[in-house]
Amino acid sequence: MNTNITSVSQTHSGTEAAKMPEQHYLNAGYDLKSWLLTTDHKRIAVLYFILITFFFFVGGLFAALIRLELVTPKGDLLTADVYNRVFTAHGAVMIFLFLIPSIPATFGNFLIPLMIGARDLAFPRLNLLSWYVYALSSILFVTVVLLGGVDTGWTFYAPLSTSFANGYVVLTIVAAFFAGFSSIFTGINFIATIHKMRAPGMTWFRLPLYVWGHYATSLIIILGTPVVAIALILIAVERVFRIGIFDPALGGDPILFQHLFWFYSHPAVYIMVLPGMGVISEVIGCFSRKRVFGYKFIAFSSMAIALVGFLVWGHHMYVSGQSVYAGMVFSLITYVVAIPSAIKVFNWTATMYKGTIYLQTPMIYALSFIGLFIIGGITGVVLASMAADVHLHDTYFVVAHFHYVMVGSAVTAYLAAVHFWWPKITGRMYSEFFGKLAAIITFIGFNLTFLPQFVVGYLGMPRRYYDYSFAPEWQIWHAASTLGSTVLAVGFALPVFYLTYSLIYGEIAGQNPWGAKGLEWEEASSPPAKFNFDKMPIVNQEAYAYDTPARGQTHFRGVTSRESLSIPPTSAETSHI
Amino acid sequence: MSLATPTVDTHATGHHHPEVRHQFDDLEQQHDSYSLGMWAFVVQEVMFFSGMIVCYFIFRYKYPEAFIAGSNHLNLPLSTFNTVVLLSSSLTMALAVHAAQLGHKMRLLQFLMATLILGSIFLGVKVYEYKDKYDHNLIPGYNFKWETESTTTEHGEATDEPESLNPALKMPPLAQQVEVFYGLYFILTGAHAIHMVIGAVIILIIMVLAWYDHFSPNYYVPIEMFGLYWHFVDIVWVFLFPLLYLVDRAAAGGH
Ligand code: HEM
Ligand SMILES: [Cu+2]
Repeated sequence: MNTNITSVSQTHSGTEAAKMPEQHYLNAGYDLKSWLLTTDHKRIAVLYFILITFFFFVGGLFAALIRLELVTPKGDLLTADVYNRVFTAHGAVMIFLFLIPSIPATFGNFLIPLMIGARDLAFPRLNLLSWYVYALSSILFVTVVLLGGVDTGWTFYAPLSTSFANGYVVLTIVAAFFAGFSSIFTGINFIATIHKMRAPGMTWFRLPLYVWGHYATSLIIILGTPVVAIALILIAVERVFRIGIFDPALGGDPILFQHLFWFYSHPAVYIMVLPGMGVISEVIGCFSRKRVFGYKFIAFSSMAIALVGFLVWGHHMYVSGQSVYAGMVFSLITYVVAIPSAIKVFNWTATMYKGTIYLQTPMIYALSFIGLFIIGGITGVVLASMAADVHLHDTYFVVAHFHYVMVGSAVTAYLAAVHFWWPKITGRMYSEFFGKLAAIITFIGFNLTFLPQFVVGYLGMPRRYYDYSFAPEWQIWHAASTLGSTVLAVGFALPVFYLTYSLIYGEIAGQNPWGAKGLEWEEASSPPAKFNFDKMPIVNQEAYAYDTPARGQTHFRGVTSRESLSIPPTSAETSHI
Repeated sequence: MSLATPTVDTHATGHHHPEVRHQFDDLEQQHDSYSLGMWAFVVQEVMFFSGMIVCYFIFRYKYPEAFIAGSNHLNLPLSTFNTVVLLSSSLTMALAVHAAQLGHKMRLLQFLMATLILGSIFLGVKVYEYKDKYDHNLIPGYNFKWETESTTTEHGEATDEPESLNPALKMPPLAQQVEVFYGLYFILTGAHAIHMVIGAVIILIIMVLAWYDHFSPNYYVPIEMFGLYWHFVDIVWVFLFPLLYLVDRAAAGGH
């Protein structure tokens, strides 16, 4: 094992000191307009990154309030009503404003064109629009919170949301609706881009697995998001006009809402995790210096998850009164969907086997992803069995399960991505020492926060309770969890400091500091040029060709950037599937 | 995809077109990308309406009698007329795309105009229908009143409290069930109408652009993509019309 960064970079970028490229997307204009009206996918990614990071910490603040309240069995810090509003705000902000857009809108935006050898996404203006729609949605969310919030939970269950909740339900729904549209725009953009804009020679099975992950995610987005959009609109319509759709008092059917909601929201959990899995494939390949084991299995498992993921929503509804037979079928299919997830874990492990492992910061995050995802996934299988779920449903066991997959996996993958592509995005290296420190603190803090929740959930602690004075003996678990969340907060806050510091004082990264494979590393400068490549690449090798020392013979398409577009490529070069 | 030869073909000229946006290599790639993107958007729209139509099916299954009764109070002749109008607008839209392809500016404008007029007629009739529902106190949640006699006489039995398919569940009174039907009627046709209004606005924009020679036989992608949208909206109506207006008319004896 090798933990020394210089040995990673030396193997590839030689000994000469790295220099910043003279022209890149960051210095292509400094005024506000050049950012706010940009159609450059890289700048839009940065815009997203800023907003998303902000909302991650907003969501974190609400989480801190929840954890503080639960230190003592009595509800003493917040009132019941405020507590409801706090956990709703936490869930809604984290899911709609952070997790769903997190990796696709930032790293997907930034990297997909670079990885497939294109100048930009297929629809750059739609891309910018999606950011504005997201920003609008976030402003609405903030307004809701400032006005006093909502108390329905992020799940908006009817008839609570249609008839009983007080608070700004309709405004929240409008905000969620816009957030959904923003991700639909991104999804459409990715699908068209991945299908039609790949460089010559970049066949489907030469795509980095990261791109496959985003492709599967985009399919889920365009198939699922509209359904939750309409379900939420119907809630708003029912609430405003008193038209009966979901409220039984008006002749409606509350279970119908749950079906519509989970038809999207189960696949949505894969929107959150599939791009992260793509990140892990890249990182594991790079820091094991090996071709990712079982490439096609990983690629197809993403597609399998996307498709089968649409057939399992009923596992959220075992105790809703849905038919037992439906429950049995849903249970079975839920077991099945765990298989492609497991395939990925096995393949990553096999990739590391006999690899040359470098324990750089992104790799530490990737390893902790694998560990935490196993726990999250296996407890998911526990919940998938109906008999167990009758006991565990709506307890902290579920809370722990989904935090292992959403924070332990998706957020960890996001941080792996931040640390892996930071040199590419900014052109600078961050402090490796602090990077590793933050990764390890995060891992420890995370487990300290959420392992106790499995226990207390198993013992029967219901979720969304602010008072557990009926069982004060649980306090030890809650206190441990709150302690852990403090550690976790340190782990999350640290990168803000050393990454910001690196923007100014960081070592110049050079084109390929990790010695990684892939067009974004091998053909684009750090930071990349405005139109990504000086010469448009032609691909003649598979992804992760770590066993071949350098990219085979490098070929270029005859176009450099916008100016020389008048030289058209040959027809063979532009045959797109 | 074949692996291209590394040589750069520099002698081919003329292919590059000012209408090719910077991110694309050529017109063909641009066209393919736009149409795939548009199809993805249509898929998204299909799912959007599917969610509503699923609601419709669930309630139709739960409240069959109310759906027949409610449906019989909709205006069939008018909506049949509207269906014809809308389908004609699809034809004029297709002809507009064809004209754009051939570069006939005037004909393009004429057919777009025709599409716009037909679409507006449809919306006008819809407004009239809504007004009619308002006059008859059929706006759910607002002024809804339902006289039960009209259906009970038809069946010969006064089923004010119809039996549930599942006896364990208490059924809401018929009037409330019909109110659910009308709720869905307004939601479905309303969502459809909103799509029509958006379409009408886009037609206007396209007409202005066409007037200023924005399009050419090489570049009419936006018109083609809009055509796709317009046909999609028509097809939605082709589903809504039988679901809402033609429900078991024969069973209920018709009006
Ligand atoms: C490995 C496959 C997985 C299985 C078998 C699985 C199974 C389940 C089951 C059965 C439940 C319902 C528990 C209940 O409410 O009683 C559940 C809840 C949940 N899962 Fe998973 N899960 C898996 C992966 C994931 C992933 C990858 C994520 C997110 C990235 C996720 C996020 C959630 C969330 C958010 C909930 C709770 C939603 C709520 O009620 O608020 N799960 N999971
Ligand atoms: Cu689920």
